[in-house]
Amino acid sequence: MNRYPAWKYIMIASIIIIGIIYSFPNIYGSDPALQISSSRGAEISELTELQVQVAFDEAGIKPESYEISPNNLLIRFKDEETQLRAQDVARNAMDRSYVVALNLAPSTPDWLRKLGAEPMFLGLDLRGGVHFLMEVDMDAAISKAEERYVSDFRSLFRENKIRYRTISRGNRGGVLVRFQNSAEQENGVRLIGKNYPEVQVDSSITESGEFHAVVTLSEQSIIETRTNALQQNIITLRKRVNELGVAEPVIQQQGDRRVVVELPGVQDTARAKDILGATATLEFRMVDDAHSVQDALDGRVPAGSKLYHDRDGQPMLLSKQVLLTGDHIIDAASGIDQTSGGPDVTITLDGKGARIFSAATRDEVGKRMAVVFIETKTETVMEEGLAVKKKENIEEVINAATIKEQLGKRFHITGLDSTQEARNLSLLLRAGALAAPIEIIEERTVGPSLGQDNIKQGYESVIIGFTLVLIFMAVYYKVFGLIANVALTLTVVLLVALMSMLQATLTMPGIAGIVLTVGMSVDANVLIFERIREEIRNRNTPHASIHAGFEKAFSSIADANITTLIAALVLFSFGTGPIKGFAVTLSLGIICSMFTAIMVTRAMINLLYGGRKLQKLMI
Amino acid sequence: MEFFTKTNIDFMGKRKLAFTFSVTLVLLAIFFFFARGLNYGIDFTGGTIVEVGYMQEADLTKIRNILVQSEFSDAIVQYYGSATDVLVRIPPHEGLNSADISNKLIELLGSTGKSIEIRKVEFVGPQVGDELKEDGGLAMIYALLGILIYVALRFQTKFSVGAIVALAHDVIITIGFFAVTQLNFDLTVLAAILAVIGYSLNDTIVVFDRIRENFHKLRKATPVEVMNISLNETLSRTIMTGVTTLLVLMALFFLGGESLHGFSLALILGIVIGTYSSVYVASPVTLALGVSKQDLMPVVKEGAELDKRP
Repeated sequence: MNRYPAWKYIMIASIIIIGIIYSFPNIYGSDPALQISSSRGAEISELTELQVQVAFDEAGIKPESYEISPNNLLIRFKDEETQLRAQDVARNAMDRSYVVALNLAPSTPDWLRKLGAEPMFLGLDLRGGVHFLMEVDMDAAISKAEERYVSDFRSLFRENKIRYRTISRGNRGGVLVRFQNSAEQENGVRLIGKNYPEVQVDSSITESGEFHAVVTLSEQSIIETRTNALQQNIITLRKRVNELGVAEPVIQQQGDRRVVVELPGVQDTARAKDILGATATLEFRMVDDAHSVQDALDGRVPAGSKLYHDRDGQPMLLSKQVLLTGDHIIDAASGIDQTSGGPDVTITLDGKGARIFSAATRDEVGKRMAVVFIETKTETVMEEGLAVKKKENIEEVINAATIKEQLGKRFHITGLDSTQEARNLSLLLRAGALAAPIEIIEERTVGPSLGQDNIKQGYESVIIGFTLVLIFMAVYYKVFGLIANVALTLTVVLLVALMSMLQATLTMPGIAGIVLTVGMSVDANVLIFERIREEIRNRNTPHASIHAGFEKAFSSIADANITTLIAALVLFSFGTGPIKGFAVTLSLGIICSMFTAIMVTRAMINLLYGGRKLQKLMI
Repeated sequence: MEFFTKTNIDFMGKRKLAFTFSVTLVLLAIFFFFARGLNYGIDFTGGTIVEVGYMQEADLTKIRNILVQSEFSDAIVQYYGSATDVLVRIPPHEGLNSADISNKLIELLGSTGKSIEIRKVEFVGPQVGDELKEDGGLAMIYALLGILIYVALRFQTKFSVGAIVALAHDVIITIGFFAVTQLNFDLTVLAAILAVIGYSLNDTIVVFDRIRENFHKLRKATPVEVMNISLNETLSRTIMTGVTTLLVLMALFFLGGESLHGFSLALILGIVIGTYSSVYVASPVTLALGVSKQDLMPVVKEGAELDKRP
């Protein structure tokens, strides 16, 4: 008795072998590496590799290896120092359509990689990096859509010769159109209904000779506007993150108005936040040199002008009339100005923008034009215990230069402080103005040293906890204890393999989950062994005791584990980030431990004692 | 080796004493929860935490002085794990967003003249904090509900109530402990409490399983006897599993670093209480509800057995 059919042994052995193979990549470390990819989705070719190789040869950098894949080029280095030096060299050698990012490349041997075996994915708290949760300001998205209708209606009415008094956004949302008379009102309402089937028009409100129509967005188009605002933000964020140069970033929608951004390895969070969080637009205005700035400072601002300040706080009078706005910009690139040698930004306009600009600057050659940088920050402040959103516009003249010639499709902005500033400005402009403002509502940054400490501490507590349990079990249950120890080891191996196969993220709470699994997973074996001891005390034969022990303990094991699994699943569905990590390892740990405690232990005991005559059990 | 060969402890005989003890603890926990409240972490309140590492021992007084003169006069400054690590905690600030707060703070901390290294920055907006609080509460309720249903299906309603009372007992006392000590109650502690629910139930279920089995086996024994016998039979296992779990948690507490202190402490406490409650709370409550052999004889099964008879 106590024998398994051959297929059971084979099945158990196969699972164990697969487990060992897939957990194997985790014992290899990782190499410092550079990851070069295209920011515009272009393919990485042999040519790119050659280009980098030449640059490295010149700088005397010897990489360990080059690995080319359609999406990126991975270059491994011996140490971090070489890696950092190589990054500078590569950045200078490649034009800015390439992203050069620092990375830690797992040094999994080829034969394992061919099997698709990869190490676990380390969470930000272990590898260092930034986690942002951002929220899109949906009210702003809706009001922008309404503003678009305001200007659309104006041109619609103009084209169809319908006279209206005013068109504006209503106080309580929607667009308010005021007509001259009831005939115009009727025509106007019909026209809107025909051309814009997605809006709802209410013309019932008329008071004291006023002819109104209130246009509101339908439920459907509000949902659409919101989805679009979120999607556009995600695309923009992706572009910006790309240009920050981060390997393996995560940009993911969460709920209907939030985006998670994770940037492993990024240390300069201030810069990351500046680039991700702000909306920047440009306005081109003429400088008003005809009036005195001093007068304006004293409060006598000329009617057609407005007072601005430049970066150093110097006051400057600009015309109120905007020559061109930032939405016509299709590209902006930083570089070196040929004449002055300072950093500059080259701006390319779209066709319409170029036409407007060229007409506007024709008669202004020799006069000064200013570029106003408008940054919109949204922040949540507490007012009487309630979170209230406040928007702040920071307007700043970043450059005022004499127009040397009639400007067209391409022109340069000079006078920037540093190449870094030129880069940031061009980056923000290129990524385009965001559809709706976005705000960081949660941030978690972990420095590299803390990440290292976390790995070390996590590893130590797993090892020590594990060893303590091994010793305890061996002393208390002797041979059976050793069997349980093999099962416990396999539980951890299988758990790691499963995590690696699913490419689940290992976090610090995840490690805590593994530790807890180690402590709790012996429970199943304890239940079985205690049962076997009881059966022996009741003077049953060793074989009958083993059999009955497994049999009777099974329902307890199943019930106990299923209830723990319920708690873990609830934790998973309600938890965010780190808590999810704990829930994942705990649930997977329960599943692995049930398999090893019931199947593997039994198989080992069967192999050891099955078919033998037994007088006594070493338990 | 065996510690508990054949015990015969009259657990149920001491149930009045245990009842007094448990009720006192629960009442104390509830009192402290309302009187002092929990020291919620920024996960729930919103705010900013910055952890910095100094090259030498950090001078807390100096750091506090600098911060008091700044706009962050409400900052809490403390050592974190070692004398070179400093944790600064700032409640939500009006008119400042995450970028402003962390950047300004890092600048201020750097102005002590010693070189610092940023180890951790956490910012949680007020809206997120409220959501987490709500989600956390819901998670607790859903976990308890799910378990209630499972136990009711697998056993019987009286057992289900016994198990839930024991779980609530564990959760309330653990939360009460955090109210008394004013230890930081953050998301990881909440996760630990949910894990405690899982563990404590694990323990309770094993005992219930044995009670059910013994009700079938020992037909002449009174419910009190059945429970005492079952508790004694499972005692060895209860202690063993408790000990192995506590062993690993001790390792986690002492070696796992500062960020898991609250987590491992909540679990250690929860497991001790959970072990106690599965012996002294779950079974007595089930008994008080008047559990009997009939409760555990499923109607269908009896019918099936009758059919088999010739």
